[in-house]
Amino acid sequence: MSMPSPPKQVNVTVNGRKYSGDAEARTLLVYFLREELGLVGTHVGCIVGKCGACSVMLDGRLVKSCLLFAQQADGAEILTVEGLASGQELHPIQEAFWEQHGLQCGYCTPGMLLATYSLLQDVPDPSEEEIREGISGNLCMCTGYVNIVRAIKAAAQKMMPPPQKAGRTKGPAAATAGPTSTSSSSSSSPSARQAGPLNSRGRSKKKQQQKRS
Amino acid sequence: MRLSRSSSSPSKKTYLLWGPRTAGSISIMIPRPFELHTPTSISEAANLLRELKGAKVLAGGQSLVPLMKLRLISPANLVDIGKIPGLSYIRREEEDGGEKERGARRRRRAAAPGDRLLIGSMTTHHEVAASPSVVGGCRPLSEAAGRIGDRQVRNRGTIGGALCHADPAADVPTAAVAMDAEFRVVGSSRERTIKAKDFFKGVNRTSLHSGEILVEVRVPVLSPRSGGAYVKLARGMNDLATIGVAAAITLGEDGACEQVRLALAGAGPTPVRAARAEEVLTGRAPTDELVAEAADEAAGMSLVVDDIRGSAEYKREMVKVYVRRAVKQSLGRISLG
Repeated sequence: MSMPSPPKQVNVTVNGRKYSGDAEARTLLVYFLREELGLVGTHVGCIVGKCGACSVMLDGRLVKSCLLFAQQADGAEILTVEGLASGQELHPIQEAFWEQHGLQCGYCTPGMLLATYSLLQDVPDPSEEEIREGISGNLCMCTGYVNIVRAIKAAAQKMMPPPQKAGRTKGPAAATAGPTSTSSSSSSSPSARQAGPLNSRGRSKKKQQQKRS
Repeated sequence: MRLSRSSSSPSKKTYLLWGPRTAGSISIMIPRPFELHTPTSISEAANLLRELKGAKVLAGGQSLVPLMKLRLISPANLVDIGKIPGLSYIRREEEDGGEKERGARRRRRAAAPGDRLLIGSMTTHHEVAASPSVVGGCRPLSEAAGRIGDRQVRNRGTIGGALCHADPAADVPTAAVAMDAEFRVVGSSRERTIKAKDFFKGVNRTSLHSGEILVEVRVPVLSPRSGGAYVKLARGMNDLATIGVAAAITLGEDGACEQVRLALAGAGPTPVRAARAEEVLTGRAPTDELVAEAADEAAGMSLVVDDIRGSAEYKREMVKVYVRRAVKQSLGRISLG
């Protein structure tokens, strides 16, 4: 076997910031992000490309960063989970996962958030089937898929452009306006379960967002 | 850069998981050290492959990288063709640059049978699946590409990579065999064209010589009065096919099948063309009974074996079911206008 080549410098833009670091040929992008750049939000799960925990956006496309050598990403623009929130302000997708309990242990969450980000770019208003297909490359070992799907639906509504958003938010509002029927649809019951600090905080976030826009 | 914080010997760092292909636990690791070459032209890549014995081509890496991490293969040299410009495209043959003059003359005609789609080997599965010209002209291929892996894999995996990996349970090779695709391959000294039926030689084996690179896939566009489909039985959403069937059918004016093309994934060491099933249908009106008869023929000739995806007996039954579905779906898509 020939001698392995020495590490090469890899330049990437991650979450809008330029980074450079050294990577051996065999260094996977996920390890480069975590260990060389210190961006540990991207998780290492199965390492054989099955679980999706390491998903990042590479030049605008969702990829598994464990199926890519760091040197292949030289010159690329990368979005990781750290780049979703702006300052203290959570991204609407993150808010939706928080409000809808779209995570249990949280290990798959960085990948799930980015898979959602990519899905909603392609399909702004996905059906449940499209959501499930869209996150089929991301495994949740807690099997919390019901709430994850719910969170993605909620995220889609949050991210709708204003005119459609107004039309959309009427739906759930109208449903909750009639609380006389205690056996309301299954989709509205979980939000009832979450009544309390989380919900109120979520709502205040929403207000802030509306103020901003 | 250090790959491991704790271990003094990074290459010994191992992780445990339950393996998809073996019972019990298997060790998986970071790949063995290798040298990564990034040529910027085909000829440079071909020369590298000729000089470096045993070097592997890295395309999208969605099959190769896992194999290297599992250390099932450990090439000393990888030739990354991802930085070579001009290998990612989908276009009609007429638009081909080399034949501009004749192309201009030909373009006046409407899409005729015999037209072909040219697909660059580094075109991703997502691009193939989403391309209107592939969906419109070669439905089995677009559907096969759309059923590969998941979003992440389709965004990165390439049509050329899937073909050269030559997994007999893979979707795209089966569609290519059904569609009578041709592959343009370039070596360091010459280029040649290989027909899909001559390309696949066994499990993960192709007729590519060492040093040759697949650069273009040429797929005939389905003629009018044709329909095609790719249907797949898989464990979960992301696995290779337990059984996959690619079908393309052309009906004559009299309602009889003029041309029938059927290929099976997961039913032999290579994609299998179900010739006897095609013969049953060709020249006759595709009644339910006849389609069932063709499906039985396909099951009879398939070389299914027991493996992790199911028993041979089960797969043989599924060949019948999925051939029927593929044929019916194809027939349903034929517009007789």
